[in-house]
Amino acid sequence: MTRIGVVGAGKMGISHLSILGAHPDVEIAGVCDQSGYVLSVLGKYSGFPTYSTVDEMIESAQLDAVVLATPTRSHAPLVRQCAEAGLHVFCEKPFTTEASESLALAELFRERGLVGQVGYHNRFVAAFQEVKSILDAGLLGRVTHVLAESYGPVVLKPQGSTWRTQKSEGGGALYDYAAHPLNLLNWYFGDVTRSAGSVLGQVFSRQTDDEVYSNLWFGDGTTAHLSVNWSDESQRKMTTKFTIWGTGGRLNADRQEVQLYLRAGAPTGSGYQEGWNVRYTTELSEPVEFYLRGEEYSAQLDAWVRRIGEGAVAGENDFASAAATDVAIQALLRPEGAGDDAAALAPVNGAAAPRWWARWRRRKAIR
Amino acid sequence: MTTIDRLLFGDNQFFGVNHMSEEKARAQQMRFQDIGAVQSVLDAAYDEGIHTFMCTTHDRVAQIADHVRAHPDRYGDFRFFPCMPYAHKYANAVTEDGMIGAIKRFLPDDGFLDAAFRGGKSFARKDIEGIITLLVDAEMKMFAGLSTPVIWLQNVVVDLLLGLHFDEAFRIFHDHVRSKYGAEPGFITMNAPLLASRLAGLGLERPLICANYNKIGFRMSGGQDAYRAMLESGDVRFVAMSVLASGAIAPREAIEWVCTQPGVESIVFGASSRANIRATRELVDTFWGDARVDARPV
Repeated sequence: MTRIGVVGAGKMGISHLSILGAHPDVEIAGVCDQSGYVLSVLGKYSGFPTYSTVDEMIESAQLDAVVLATPTRSHAPLVRQCAEAGLHVFCEKPFTTEASESLALAELFRERGLVGQVGYHNRFVAAFQEVKSILDAGLLGRVTHVLAESYGPVVLKPQGSTWRTQKSEGGGALYDYAAHPLNLLNWYFGDVTRSAGSVLGQVFSRQTDDEVYSNLWFGDGTTAHLSVNWSDESQRKMTTKFTIWGTGGRLNADRQEVQLYLRAGAPTGSGYQEGWNVRYTTELSEPVEFYLRGEEYSAQLDAWVRRIGEGAVAGENDFASAAATDVAIQALLRPEGAGDDAAALAPVNGAAAPRWWARWRRRKAIR
Repeated sequence: MTTIDRLLFGDNQFFGVNHMSEEKARAQQMRFQDIGAVQSVLDAAYDEGIHTFMCTTHDRVAQIADHVRAHPDRYGDFRFFPCMPYAHKYANAVTEDGMIGAIKRFLPDDGFLDAAFRGGKSFARKDIEGIITLLVDAEMKMFAGLSTPVIWLQNVVVDLLLGLHFDEAFRIFHDHVRSKYGAEPGFITMNAPLLASRLAGLGLERPLICANYNKIGFRMSGGQDAYRAMLESGDVRFVAMSVLASGAIAPREAIEWVCTQPGVESIVFGASSRANIRATRELVDTFWGDARVDARPV
């Protein structure tokens, strides 16, 4: 049994709590949230032990591991606190708002033998995994260009203020939406070495971005267009789409299907043939023991729990790989001409902890 | 006991839900943008003898409900099986307003929640019961005066509650649907065997469950063997959905398989043309007897 505490019972936190609550090898040893009402309902009806401060939960709940589903800006101090307490961490995406901090935390977890993972669930979507296999098998030859797109209905009118609408808290379409296609690009093509012509545009928001467009370069010479808009209500829910051109053909993929066109002379024996090939999620997906919202959400948590059991510090979506995405995000935030060396990125935001973080730590237990 | 037709007409095809292809989903959204196009497919289904529309509480379903209400002579046997809530509107609201804000947004403006929140830190049982029943009533408004013999709780909510071990909510939903609407409460899930064991733990007798059931085991969490054992036990009433696994199985093969499984009371399916509706009905007639005959003996 892995004893897990969940910090933050918002949309993602509740979803993780439910999936882990059904996991046969997990015991929910604590839940922590700022809302006394949400906590009291979970305590009373779910029977989970509840805590109103992270400090108290870490002190009292005898945890092995922690799930962090709090606003992005809080991730770095919480991850550090967990590392100091010797706890494995599953952290919601994006990892932190400072690429340098992300890299330091990845190193800290590696040193201490702790298992970290970030919630880039698209890497557990069967269709996107199939894309990775196709690329690794070299079916597309040398990849020349990629179009990476994400669209969906999040900010559809001028609206009030939540952490998602505050850039300083790690909100906005860049952190919340663009992080997903960027993370897949990192998985497929490695680190972003340069970005140019980036546009962080506003549709309805006043304090942050609703649209993100950029040209990206990767180490192997591959180039990519990134196109993201979270004010697009023509999409029922978030949709992420990849189009990849290579010397071997062309690929279209979204979470449901992979369409692969192979030129004449494509490698044989891969199960794919010359011309168009289509594979659907129905044949690609591996079943999960408990399903909520999509196989990928269960699969990613199951992978993390297994890695903890095996002491596997390196693995899919480990902190080092998530840090690469924070580096890419930071590259997009840099003013044009500020230097192309993504590895030497300076922090773009101030490093002071936000006020609500202090409140988290101060709040008393309610139970 | 509420009787259920063997064949129920679903609504995914009308609202851009396709579990296989986003392109197909978009094409369907365009085709069914005009509610008249939806209504004409529903009319075709009705004329093929399929009288039950199992639908989400999507805003556009309210227009269908209005149409049916306005033409009682045309739709004498028309039954709605509402599936609530339409989860996307809640999910989006939670993103914007947080948990409590989202619940507040969908409750009638009678100050109930404000009073509950002012009452103290702890939620009393009556608070939770009040919130759940008010949310159900808000979703049911569009069906006032229409026949709704079964009311379903959607899988995203059922499965969320299931993982949270929040079984009490199932009982509250169950009791409210029975007492206020005189309807049979149903539970849609992607984890049917686990749900069945929990509902049994609550003492609910032969609860109505709707879940994927298909030859390739697509989205049948717990595994095909556990599904079969659940159905063979006779402890649940079962409506099969996603029988074609979003088109991954050929219709004849898919329907023959599900019709020869034990314990399946009914099938919910979607189609966009009269020809496909008829073809599905004829397949079910072939393997299950006459689909138009209401109420398999249970």
